[in-house]
Amino acid sequence: MASGSIFNISRYAVHDGPGIRTTVFLKGCPLRCWWCHNPEGVSQERSLMFFEYKCILCKTCAGVCPAGAFSFANNLHHLDRTSCNNCGLCSETCPTEALSHAGRMIAVTELMQEIEKDVLLYDNSGGGVTFSGGEPLLQHLFLNEALTECKNRDLRTVLDTSGYASEAVLSSVLDRVDVILYDLKLADEEEHRKYTGVSNNPIKENLRMLADRGRGRDVILRFPVIPGITDTQKNVDALVEFISTLKGINEIDLLLFHDVNEKYHRLGMEYQMPVRQAPAPSKIKYIKERFESIGLYVKT
Amino acid sequence: MISLESLNSPADEKHARSTAQQEIIFREAETVNDSSGCVAALKEMQKKRAAVSPMNERIARLRERSMRAEVRISGERAALITNFYQSGIAAGKSFPVQRALAFKYLMEHVSLPVEDGQLIIGLRGTGPQEVPTYPEMCTHSLKDLEILNSRANMPYRVDDQTAELYKTKVIPAWKGNALRDIIFDNLSGEWLDAYQAGIWTEFMEQRAPGHTAGGERIFASGLLDVKKEIRAKMLEQKTSEPEYFDKIEELKAMDIAADAMLTYAGRYVEILEKMAGEEEDDERKKELTEMARICRRVPAHAPQDFWEALQHYWFVHLGVVYETNPWDSYNPGRLDQHLYPFYEKDLAEGKLTRERAKELLEAFWIKFNNQPSVPKVGVTAEESFTYTDFTKINIGGLKKDGADGVNEISYLLLDVLDGIRTMQPNTAVLVSDKNPERFIRKALKVVRPGFGEPPFFNFDGVIVKMLRQGKKLEDARTAGVSGCVETGAFGKEAYILTGYFNLPKILEITLNNGIDPQSGKRLGLETGNPAGFQTYDELGEAFIKQVKYFLDIKMQGNDLIEALFAKYMPVPFLSLWTDDCVARARDYNAGGARYNTQYVQIVGLGTLAYGLTAIKYHVFDKKTFSMPELLAALRQNFAEKYEVMRQIILNKTPRYGEDDDYTDAIAKKIVNDIVEMIESYPPSPIRRASKRAYFLPTTAHVYFGKVTGATPDGRKAGIPVSEGISPVQGSDKKGIAAVFRSVSKCDWDKTGGALLNQKLTPDLLEGEENLEKLAQLIKTFFNMGGHHVQFNVVSVALLREAQQRPQDFQDLMVRVAGYSDYFVNLPKGLQDEIIARTEHKAV
Repeated sequence: MASGSIFNISRYAVHDGPGIRTTVFLKGCPLRCWWCHNPEGVSQERSLMFFEYKCILCKTCAGVCPAGAFSFANNLHHLDRTSCNNCGLCSETCPTEALSHAGRMIAVTELMQEIEKDVLLYDNSGGGVTFSGGEPLLQHLFLNEALTECKNRDLRTVLDTSGYASEAVLSSVLDRVDVILYDLKLADEEEHRKYTGVSNNPIKENLRMLADRGRGRDVILRFPVIPGITDTQKNVDALVEFISTLKGINEIDLLLFHDVNEKYHRLGMEYQMPVRQAPAPSKIKYIKERFESIGLYVKT
Repeated sequence: MISLESLNSPADEKHARSTAQQEIIFREAETVNDSSGCVAALKEMQKKRAAVSPMNERIARLRERSMRAEVRISGERAALITNFYQSGIAAGKSFPVQRALAFKYLMEHVSLPVEDGQLIIGLRGTGPQEVPTYPEMCTHSLKDLEILNSRANMPYRVDDQTAELYKTKVIPAWKGNALRDIIFDNLSGEWLDAYQAGIWTEFMEQRAPGHTAGGERIFASGLLDVKKEIRAKMLEQKTSEPEYFDKIEELKAMDIAADAMLTYAGRYVEILEKMAGEEEDDERKKELTEMARICRRVPAHAPQDFWEALQHYWFVHLGVVYETNPWDSYNPGRLDQHLYPFYEKDLAEGKLTRERAKELLEAFWIKFNNQPSVPKVGVTAEESFTYTDFTKINIGGLKKDGADGVNEISYLLLDVLDGIRTMQPNTAVLVSDKNPERFIRKALKVVRPGFGEPPFFNFDGVIVKMLRQGKKLEDARTAGVSGCVETGAFGKEAYILTGYFNLPKILEITLNNGIDPQSGKRLGLETGNPAGFQTYDELGEAFIKQVKYFLDIKMQGNDLIEALFAKYMPVPFLSLWTDDCVARARDYNAGGARYNTQYVQIVGLGTLAYGLTAIKYHVFDKKTFSMPELLAALRQNFAEKYEVMRQIILNKTPRYGEDDDYTDAIAKKIVNDIVEMIESYPPSPIRRASKRAYFLPTTAHVYFGKVTGATPDGRKAGIPVSEGISPVQGSDKKGIAAVFRSVSKCDWDKTGGALLNQKLTPDLLEGEENLEKLAQLIKTFFNMGGHHVQFNVVSVALLREAQQRPQDFQDLMVRVAGYSDYFVNLPKGLQDEIIARTEHKAV
């Protein structure tokens, strides 16, 4: 059986599709969105996180690290990420979990055991399993197998995707996916490249493909409301225009920006967001009304 | 700093206030408090305050007076009961008749306060929040009174007159003669040693056995009916029976007790008529006249309408709590089931509207809030540090015939709770698979503002528990929960709680080969030095042997105390209302109830399960450290170099509450072994009560923490142990679904109930969809076998803010154990414990 790289399994997930769900977060993403709320899911490798406030300066890490990445001076813990070879020994032994790794390999069999734990919750609420990320389609072999196992167990599945994948890869999973949470970020190609690092052509084409194949009604669009980046009138208007050419799509959920600088700091990553404030209520209201004007149900 | 009071607009304007105005209020708070960073906390508090909305001015006034009145000790009952026993009236009488005459004396002489504007009459004590004492049970010393008067948390004011009364009259009369003294004189040295070490507490050393609730009998009969029954029973008795004398004396006592309450009601009729005559307001005059009419009808006769039913119950309640000071005060049981027929009939006859019914219920609610718990002292105050007296209104569940029991009154009771938000009474939402989901959603809406009420109970599971104990199906379906989470056959069972039992302390003693390291005394058995144990099972066996040793001592004490109560402290008035005391001519305290059980309340499951898991995992399986190293760390309270070990235990151990079979299996086995052990004791000698287990702490987990040294779960000495069956505070990091599944692996159907606290962030209850999902989660938890869950919907930020500035958060109510209380009134240890409980967020 295949194994995959995941960075979290969330139970009693109430925002990732219908009913009560277990959400599996697959690690690795081809996009580099400036605002990404799950930066620990970007790299497919495990990611070392350092929670400074938990450190008791016991120096266990320095004792086990073969690369000598840890040093202590003036009662401060210092991590040199350039010499770290990501072997994992430090987080394994760190007594306080000040050092911990996001991401581990999991076999489909083990994953299914975790998923099975909440079957009664899915049954009583019309829920099921959501595969999110990262970009779950990046590990499509693993995803395919996990989806097959879910369907063997008669579980309802949701795919939470950026849509950035080849048509073949997306098509390969569709028969075992009940609902698709599909991100739409920026309509303009240049801006999309700037803020996410990739072209939006495959994303638009894949969405059109879904609509053309009659799967539009299974799609719930997700629009991240990012101040100064996606929440401009120009972008919203362009997205509205694009969506109105697609058949069968009924719903769009607004995902509001949160400042997650702390997470980036833990990972030793740079947080590029120029603005850190939550979107203004008036903006949200405007966006909501715009999407509603083409008959979409808008959830905030 | 802006005053919070000024933010708190009058409650009845709540609905009129526009969102825009709300915004302005919040913005004001923001500008003023921006620097202190407590804006979110203030907003949260503001939302809570906006939730209070008594339905009209009368109720708002009654509520305000009830909340504002200072809690005081009233010397009246102490003086009267002392007078009575000194008068010679009781001389030469049997104990039941003595007690009945004492009750009669009280009912003839206690003051008859009338709260201005109230619709339900009668009050224990001399006024709202004025609490009587029971010196014949437990005589407060002058020192006790001083502590009660001056302690920072939950004081009971004692005026000079009362102190003088105690000094010159009450203490000299009762010193050495109170039942408490007799109990302590009769208990063994081993019992007293274990009690002093904090291995258990004793419920009956200051208060009478109570745990019971009112059933259908109350709503179906008046005192005259009961007197008729008593007379018939007297005629049935045969002198050839060995128990003839006892039975006749008990029946006589019951008859006297019934008369006593008729006298009390009669005294109120006179007062009400007089007041009506003098009243100038026409509306109120009519009300007073009607109230006088009602008091002429009940409690003498069975109630015939809604108002009479409430007043009738209230007379019964008063009698029960004046007669003695029973634990976990009496309650009206399945109130929606009892009241619905009256409501339906009155509505059909045009006598009543829903609005009027709601007003009567709100007035009824305030009656409970006016009667704080009797003042406790010492250890007992620690185990239950609260003004609440645990009256619990049950809502929902099934009807006697097994059909869905949710009716219009169920929703009305939830509305009352939603608007009135007083500390007393508590409620219980009984959830059956047959109930509509909208009932749970409605209850969750009441949970939303975060006063901790109502808690949820698995009613289908309650039925299983009752049937397992051999109760009839109909009696199981009319059962409910009282106190915190305790199941019982309402109106038919004496399910007497005997004390909390400290599992972590017994682990501490086991790890010290029978010695209590806090005192150096040998309290337990010599089960071997754990450093020599080769396997985890050896430790497990040693622990179980120690539990058995201590339970033996506790059970002997329980049987003895039961015998003393049966002999010296019969309760003929309570017996009138509990099936089948009259029919069997036996007192409630002597086994007259249809069902008799005796409970031990187990505390510290989470701490124990975690501790045992840490030993199994780190000492025996992974060999992270050795037993001698662990023992040394515990002796030194994980100080200095042992902090690393403590961190390993906290972070690298499978944790109960995270749905990991490795540790959940240990918890499951503890529950099984302990329940089996408790149930293996023979029925008690007098009441023939079977022995059962509850898993609940009230606030005993704080006291037990204080007397218990460091434990292998990484808990330092003095910190509270885990509460109820909840995981160790702050250790459950995999979310609420994992907690529910972990907990459900234990077989709670074998217990009488188990308490689970969960703390939710407010966003989990926002919006209809979230409520729906939470309702489905609760249902699923109950499908899996959970007994109870209650939610604190409050952010850590708000709690911390309230700790910093208690004067601004006097009205912040939180869930403690099976009840809610004002956060700032709680002792610091308990406040910290509530903050430490894991907060579950939406994911």
